[in-house]
Amino acid sequence: MKKFVALFILAVLLNITLWAQEDLLSQLKPDSTKKEYVKSAFKSPRVIMSHSIEFLNPGTMDFRILHRFGTLDQGYKNFYGLDQASMRLGFDFGIKRNLMVGVGRSTYKKEVDVYAKYAPLQQTTDDKMPVTVALVSGMTMNTSPWDDPTRKNFFTSRLGYYFQALVGRKINSKLTLQVAPTLVHTNLVATDFQSNDVFALGVGGRYKVSKRIAITCDYYHNFNGLTEGVNYDPLSVGVDIETGGHVFQLHFSNATGMNERAFINETYGRWGKGEIRWGFNLSRIFQIAKRKENSW
Amino acid sequence: MKKAILISCCLFLISILHAQDKFFTKTGQLHFDATTKSSPTTIEGKHKSVVAVLDIKTGNLQFSILMKSFLFKQALMEEHFNENYVESDKYPKCEFKGLVLNNADVNYGKDGSYNAKVKGTLMMHGVTKEIETTGKVIIKEGKPQLKAIFSITLTDYNISIPNLVSDEISKIATIDLDCSLEPLKK
Repeated sequence: MKKFVALFILAVLLNITLWAQEDLLSQLKPDSTKKEYVKSAFKSPRVIMSHSIEFLNPGTMDFRILHRFGTLDQGYKNFYGLDQASMRLGFDFGIKRNLMVGVGRSTYKKEVDVYAKYAPLQQTTDDKMPVTVALVSGMTMNTSPWDDPTRKNFFTSRLGYYFQALVGRKINSKLTLQVAPTLVHTNLVATDFQSNDVFALGVGGRYKVSKRIAITCDYYHNFNGLTEGVNYDPLSVGVDIETGGHVFQLHFSNATGMNERAFINETYGRWGKGEIRWGFNLSRIFQIAKRKENSW
Repeated sequence: MKKAILISCCLFLISILHAQDKFFTKTGQLHFDATTKSSPTTIEGKHKSVVAVLDIKTGNLQFSILMKSFLFKQALMEEHFNENYVESDKYPKCEFKGLVLNNADVNYGKDGSYNAKVKGTLMMHGVTKEIETTGKVIIKEGKPQLKAIFSITLTDYNISIPNLVSDEISKIATIDLDCSLEPLKK
């Protein structure tokens, strides 16, 4: 008899639980979680001057206009440097989730640069892969007239190369940090004591202060390419402002050059002496290919 | 004694029957549009994996939407949607839990289209709010299909639209929901 009472109570309870306002969603079997890559580590594929671990979405083009004015220490006569401007016009293309290419042309040394950036490893949300590793390979070509047209000049003398490994992590939704060991090879250097191969280590990061504003910092330490009293390590500090379709990167920098060869090898300004430049990068992203995974 | 066994058996039977009263989907469709009249581009997103469960006995109805899975024509819009508007890292899901108020009017056993009144709580972007809307339950071959068009005010859910884009993005999003349900087997 006792057994049946127990059975009866069990049966009643079973029904009560079913009639109560139950959580229906929890009755579904959970889907196996898909691997998901961390997105939006930076607002843009560049920290300020350096490549970032962020990639453009596939099928998008980033039209970038970079400005760098003259040095602030020129005072009011040159409007604190704003009378002079150097720029780089660039087009970057997102090809795959982890592959992008770009081309740009700078007024400084009339240099054209191209690059490809590929990430063999990308940070995942489950932290099984804690960092993004991206490799950048780029080439620069100086198209300005030869310094000395009387001697025999080779086309290859115009060329420079750079190779970079970016290792970075979006630490939380606000903070992202990356390091970038870099090798810059210049085919022709100006003097004997300059090295053709320059090693540098870049450090960059961003800190989001609001949904649309982030503070960024970008620095390179040049190991063997510095000549005392001539060139210095480039340092840029800036603010990223995102306004829907555009990203503005307002910054101060002691570098003029806007490609890796130029800013690592040829940064002649010193922060301590006010030889810094005000600059802004403007990025506008266009969707140029229809999105496949999104059939409408 | 025998009665007790009989009643117990009946109750067990009822509980088993209950288990077959639920219908679900994991591939429901949802489309939202938050375009203003003056906007040069359409601000719209699509979702193809809405999770929905309906208990036809009680009228209990629940939805769950993974915010990250919204699809946009423009990759950048998708990024901004997740990063700046719904903050899908912080608030990954949107959930609705409610009731079909006039559940008794819907004859789930007979094919046809029935008007349904639904009331419940919508949890999105960390805010839970009561909502009420009308929709349709369409029964075809014993399976219900849920359809509804309604709108929500984004500011109710602390989703703010900056002034800069307020002439493009409407504060009111129109939502078009379409879920074909299948029996839920345990």
